[in-house]
Amino acid sequence: MKIKNQFAIFIVLMIIWFLINNSFKLEVIAVGFVLSFVIAIIFGKRTDVLNEFKFTPTAFFYTLIYLLVFFWELIKSNIQVALIVLKPSLPINPGIVKTRTILKSKMARMILTNSITLTPGTLTVDIEKDILYIHWINVESLDIDVATEKIVKKFENILVKIYG
Amino acid sequence: MENSIVEIIGAFLVLIGSVFLFLGALGLVRMPDVFNRIQTGTKASTLGTFLTFFGLVFIMPEWWGKLILLIIFILMTNPVSSHVLARAAYCIKVPMFKKTVIDLYGKDAEKLFKKETKNE
Repeated sequence: MKIKNQFAIFIVLMIIWFLINNSFKLEVIAVGFVLSFVIAIIFGKRTDVLNEFKFTPTAFFYTLIYLLVFFWELIKSNIQVALIVLKPSLPINPGIVKTRTILKSKMARMILTNSITLTPGTLTVDIEKDILYIHWINVESLDIDVATEKIVKKFENILVKIYG
Repeated sequence: MENSIVEIIGAFLVLIGSVFLFLGALGLVRMPDVFNRIQTGTKASTLGTFLTFFGLVFIMPEWWGKLILLIIFILMTNPVSSHVLARAAYCIKVPMFKKTVIDLYGKDAEKLFKKETKNE
């Protein structure tokens, strides 16, 4: 398990190194290799977030779908919030609502809450066990189930398939 | 000529991005309380930043790696900072907008904060 973690960190660091340098000269690759190797050895022991990744074709496929859905939601909600800001009457209806999540793994929860926060209009304030507290700029429903349906489900349905 | 068309596409994307950034700034002025300001100020700008960087990829193709890294970095850090700001604002009891419909966090939050201070 430890080796696998260190290897994953090594790969991620190498990809970041290539993206920054944008060159494939031998010296550059060598420096990146040594640096990534040392960092992976030192920090790989304690990092357990990467454990929950599954490297299967289905997981990969659903990750792509997740990105598409996420960007679509991002564009949609950005335009909604932009329209709210532009209207002279400022039609906001804010409040903090509760929603539920069925996800158990830490990584999946982090991705879920970050996605909710990144789509404007909803902002995760806190998480406690399986209750999410969400500040909603335009509250459409006070009921926990309806709110879950409207905010959480669209991301959760796909994350369940990736992280199980 | 081909080159300039690519540049025009890039410049157009940067323009749309800056419109979104401007709307984010406008929201910061117009919104009535902290939580709503976080909504627009830090996040209506996400799409703006993405579009600006994406447009820059067209104008400066040799920067693509760094720009993609920047986008990923913003994707990972932006929500964390807005979440922490919101939670801290709630902790020190920043007053909410008077038209706030509901606050289901209220009682639960007091319990949670008490638990945390006991643990310390």
